[in-house]
Amino acid sequence: MSSTAAGDLAHAGHGEHVHAGGFLTTYVFSRDHKIIGLQFLFSTLLWFFVGGLLALGIRWQLAWPWAEMPIVGNLLFASEGGQISPEFYTMLFTMHATIMIFFVIIPILAGAFGNFLIPLMIGADDMAFPTLNMLSYWFMWPAFLAVGASFFVEGGAASAGWTSYPPLSVITEAAPASGTGQTLWLIGITCVGVSSMMGSVNYLTTIIQMRAPGMTMFRMPLTIWGMFITAILQAFALPVLTAAGFMQLADRVVDTGFFLPEGATANNAPMEAGGGQPLLWQHLFWFYSHPAVYIMILPAMGMVSDIISCFARKPIFGYKPMVFAIAGIAGLGFIVWGHHMFVSGMNPYLGMTFMVSTMLIAMPSAVKVFNWLGTIWRGQLQLTTPMLFALSFVSMFIIGGLSGIFMAATPVDIFIHDTYFIVAHFHYVLFAGTAMGVFAAIYFWFPKMFGRSMNDGWGKVHFLLTFIFLNGTFFPMHILGAVGFPRRLADPYHYATFRHLQPLNEFMTYCAILMVASQAVFVVNFVYSMFFGPKAGRNPWHANGLEWSAPSPPGHGNFDFQPVVYRGPYEYGSPESDADYYPQIQPPPEQEAAGAALEEAKT
Amino acid sequence: MSGKFWAFWLLLVPILGVATMAAGPLYGIWFPRDVSAHGHAIDHLFYFILWLTGIVFVGTQLTLVTFVWKYQAGKRQTVEYTHGSHHLEVVWTILPAAALVFIAIYQMNAWAMEKMDRPPGKPLAEVTGRQFEWRVRYPGQDGELYTPDDIFDVNDLHVPVGEEVLLAVKSADVLHSFFLPNFRLKQDVVPGMKQFVWFTPMETGKFDVVCAELCGWGHYKMKGQITVESRSDFDAWLARRFEEQQATHETAGDEES
Repeated sequence: MSSTAAGDLAHAGHGEHVHAGGFLTTYVFSRDHKIIGLQFLFSTLLWFFVGGLLALGIRWQLAWPWAEMPIVGNLLFASEGGQISPEFYTMLFTMHATIMIFFVIIPILAGAFGNFLIPLMIGADDMAFPTLNMLSYWFMWPAFLAVGASFFVEGGAASAGWTSYPPLSVITEAAPASGTGQTLWLIGITCVGVSSMMGSVNYLTTIIQMRAPGMTMFRMPLTIWGMFITAILQAFALPVLTAAGFMQLADRVVDTGFFLPEGATANNAPMEAGGGQPLLWQHLFWFYSHPAVYIMILPAMGMVSDIISCFARKPIFGYKPMVFAIAGIAGLGFIVWGHHMFVSGMNPYLGMTFMVSTMLIAMPSAVKVFNWLGTIWRGQLQLTTPMLFALSFVSMFIIGGLSGIFMAATPVDIFIHDTYFIVAHFHYVLFAGTAMGVFAAIYFWFPKMFGRSMNDGWGKVHFLLTFIFLNGTFFPMHILGAVGFPRRLADPYHYATFRHLQPLNEFMTYCAILMVASQAVFVVNFVYSMFFGPKAGRNPWHANGLEWSAPSPPGHGNFDFQPVVYRGPYEYGSPESDADYYPQIQPPPEQEAAGAALEEAKT
Repeated sequence: MSGKFWAFWLLLVPILGVATMAAGPLYGIWFPRDVSAHGHAIDHLFYFILWLTGIVFVGTQLTLVTFVWKYQAGKRQTVEYTHGSHHLEVVWTILPAAALVFIAIYQMNAWAMEKMDRPPGKPLAEVTGRQFEWRVRYPGQDGELYTPDDIFDVNDLHVPVGEEVLLAVKSADVLHSFFLPNFRLKQDVVPGMKQFVWFTPMETGKFDVVCAELCGWGHYKMKGQITVESRSDFDAWLARRFEEQQATHETAGDEES
């Protein structure tokens, strides 16, 4: 710690940009957590766009099955007369989920915001392992390249669903894309895993070791708690996915039989190896991928908590219960993976056990919602763009949380499993929840990232359009699910049961197209504000966190003084402070004099 | 724009949410007709959870709307400087926990009925999923599967009405899922495993058999049909199938595994 402090002072003495090196080491192979964070941010936002286009492809087919796609149809599927082929459709939903989960949500939360915010919010000059941090970003690139290239190999990109259930994903004869596309998919996922692992080790060390003087664990912002517990989840669950990925790769490449049963065939050809169990993959996959669901929401919950408290001008309601709720969700998160497998053929007694643990995980989620409501109760709400996104996060998370109870109930899950009810549920958690939280965070921390503010009026336009169209897209999925409308069907309408659902799907597709189009408002606002937005000072929102005491944008080494923390991050409206906020670094009155003396000594 | 403006948009969530759930049944975008003896247990649980979560949904959303409406910055009001309330935390931890534990226990019978209490006796037929069709095998006169008098069919499962039907389900290649929306029944079929499903059809008619687990590019067209008919019709159909099979010397016995 003392060396950190000394380093800070040294940087302060030399001005902001002290590190040597040219453009390449400053902006490309940078070891500065802020640059790495922005690299993650830009990469993930670009992939967000790609994933969104793939989603539109899915929506197109569901609204107008086999219809010729205007403009792009003839470019993409000239051989099918501009129609989406069933093979292409399976690829669309597989890659939409893969990209959104592994290239957008996980890296934008942990990679972009984790990187940018952790050192700033705990008062460190950088991450504990800057080189490892740089590698964690550059390990995303083999994944980007492998998955990007897989679209152009024979058979196309992976098409066995983002869950890659064997035998479909293992046997090359089973599907056109179960060849090179699937191998590249596995390589990509492994690289993402390596990247996440490097990140999580770094975050854990940094949070434990590099907090500024006075920053006790229970003075950390909930954002940091979210990131911290997410990093623990990553560190303990990821090795299982990586191992499973290698097992599947071995099944495919060197004919092992971890996941292939005896005596099965594919396309009338007997499978090469046998003696394995397809369900083993599901257990291993969900042992990671269920905790991953919390990896995809906990940091957003943390960021939303900070934003809500700031704009309610009130302390967060129940800080410690919020921390314990995050820990509770994470802890229970390790023993609920079987709820993805209620109808998989897993022993029904085991299903009952997983049902009970799954029911219980709704409890800490409820605690969080009540505490957010408690936070805005009798506050002084400033309805800025980030606040609106954060409030809608709460509203939407309630929907996603409550719909989870339906599928936790095993008998109900028998009917709604693999239907659009599930699709509705996780889009309310991950898009309407996490993505809205991410937008809130971008608008909130943008001034810190670029030293300029985004336009609030256009931000609100962006918010309103996204809010309306996302509900138009996703809410009807609940009633589709009640009909039993299955996921992943290229043409559900040739079943008599589902034929009458096409008009509703058409409506949803219009909403989805408008939702994607509305993001143009965001892109323009973002890019324009980066260069021409009004200059933001250090603390444009009058917030308490340490990051707001650093320059905007912070230079190398972050702080131009040694931050010392005197209180928690949520002292808004405190009677002890003259203003309606009370920054963590501001000494109490009796120490103010001593602090001034210290400042003098520094200069 | 004032807080009231934004409160209005947030208010649309509970209003349109409830309206959508109410409009679904009105416009037939709701559960397909239940024609099984046990399906009502699942539907009942769904409605029970729908009411419970519906109340919580409306309650929490209206609270949010009210707070956004009332507590705007700049209004003459004192900020409640509080870090929380231990009592409230206890209350809103215990109440959801109690409700959730209740739901957990309440549903166990339905689960046991669907997946644990397998009726005794031999299966009426064996259904095998394969890319991209459902193959059905009846045991024939001797009541034993895998004997020369087995009767075969593809994508058409016939069952007698009013009797408890036990089916053996399996897969020949990749994962599939045997989904009967009108019978509230779903079971993934896994190569290397043999599973059983059971249900009692209560109405005659033809209903969809859906594959609900991704099984490849042709997943969408893996469509079967279940025909529920009277016992006499069923027996007559089986006999007719058997004769047809004999007549064409169909030896469809080589494709199963």
